Amino acid sequence: MISVKNLSLEVGEFALEDVSFEIPTRAYCVLMGRTGCGKTTILEAICGLRDVAAGSIELMSREVTALPPAERGIGFVPQDGALFSTMTVEENLGFSLAVRGRGKGAVSERVGRLAELLGMSGLLQRRIQGLSGGEKQRVALGRALAFEPGILCLDEPLSALDDETKEGLIGLLGKVREETGVTTLHITHSLQEARSLCDMLLVMEDGEVSELPVEGEG
Amino acid sequence: MSEPEVARGGPDAVKTSSPGESFSRWQSDWGFLVALILIGSFYVIMLLAMLAADLTWTSPGHFFEALSSDEIQYSIRLSLMSCTLAAILSVWVAVPIGYLMSRFNFFGKGLIDAVLDIPIVLPPLVVGLSLLVLFHTTAGVWVEDLFKSVFGTGITYQIPSVVLAQFMVACAFAVRTMRATFDQISVRQEDVALTLGCSRFQAFWRVTLPEARNGLITALTLAWARSLGEFGPILVFSGATRMKTEVLPTTVYLEMTTGSLEAAVAVSILMVFFAVAVLFTIRHFGSDRALGRVI
Repeated sequence: MISVKNLSLEVGEFALEDVSFEIPTRAYCVLMGRTGCGKTTILEAICGLRDVAAGSIELMSREVTALPPAERGIGFVPQDGALFSTMTVEENLGFSLAVRGRGKGAVSERVGRLAELLGMSGLLQRRIQGLSGGEKQRVALGRALAFEPGILCLDEPLSALDDETKEGLIGLLGKVREETGVTTLHITHSLQEARSLCDMLLVMEDGEVSELPVEGEG
Repeated sequence: MSEPEVARGGPDAVKTSSPGESFSRWQSDWGFLVALILIGSFYVIMLLAMLAADLTWTSPGHFFEALSSDEIQYSIRLSLMSCTLAAILSVWVAVPIGYLMSRFNFFGKGLIDAVLDIPIVLPPLVVGLSLLVLFHTTAGVWVEDLFKSVFGTGITYQIPSVVLAQFMVACAFAVRTMRATFDQISVRQEDVALTLGCSRFQAFWRVTLPEARNGLITALTLAWARSLGEFGPILVFSGATRMKTEVLPTTVYLEMTTGSLEAAVAVSILMVFFAVAVLFTIRHFGSDRALGRVI
């Protein structure tokens, strides 16, 4: 569960005040809104990457407002993937486990399972520079899922992809959701993505977040 | 505007140039290009002519004979050792300063940014004089005494003063290089590393520093090259004592003052070789973009 209560934050000239919403456990929530309305800022605040001026953030019934990003248990996929370009695909996927001091065998086993889930077993030894846009986003997704987080935050992960690759990744995100049951907050501008994936739709307008019925719910 | 003039303004009415106008434009374009090439080639030719003059002034025999003297051998050894030490110290200091300046905003950042540029804009002799004065203050004397008790040698007019004088100037260039390097590395990767379980140090050590590898090579090489050419601060702070604080620029100066132009040229050519090696290293292993934002 992601619970944001009366959240206020400031980034330079930009400010958000008194934002509240709640996403139930295992839900796939899509957050939409115009460019510059503050969607990414809220997502970064949930991840612990932005200072919060007031309000609180609870993840899985745990107050995390003052916790550093490392202790929040969130898998984060930014728009550009932000892969570690000095590492191979395998090293990217196993990064969070290596940081946690897991043994090589355990890391290798988990990376193998992830690669299978994401359909990139043949890419493990490749460098990041040689990957296509779709492959990069798959690696970013796998890297975020490797430590089995309870929550996944996706910041426009498909926005820079062509339609065909996007279709493939939408299918993959659905598969990940089915297999892991991870609570997901996905930011997008695309109604197609929202319709294909979400079971909860939030819209941000004029600094306020409101829930809209998902198509088909009436 | 009259009616007929308005009618001429559509896409069908694009006016084609007359042959005379085309020729005139062609002439102007060529004139501009020729002017650029002439001005640019004057500088490039001067540079190459200087190097060619050095090379033709001496013969291989004279070159190796001059370099075989004990004084010059000592000067080469001291230069290589002190430059390497100064470059390593510079990078060691430049990495944290460059990272701080690139990633954090804090009170007085603009002032510190300006202070970091002081060695770049200050006349070299003033850097040396300021170091000399600093080590004559109570605090400076205390540091020198402490240094002497630990390492068995003083600083002023001793070998450590050579390294310190080189470091004070070279470090400013290394800081600029590292800051430019960290500016070019996306903060996003560090952010992701933090969410994946890293502390700030782990994110820096495991993600950012490896990304900065080419910038590190550039900073190290640039600091080494700056140290090699340093003369003014060393002359004032270390003196120009043969077989003691004599580095390659000091040798050139001493050989010139004693009228031995051939030995001075031989040492200069050696320094040109080192400079070419530095350029080669930066172009092939370093970061041109970081360098471009520094010098």
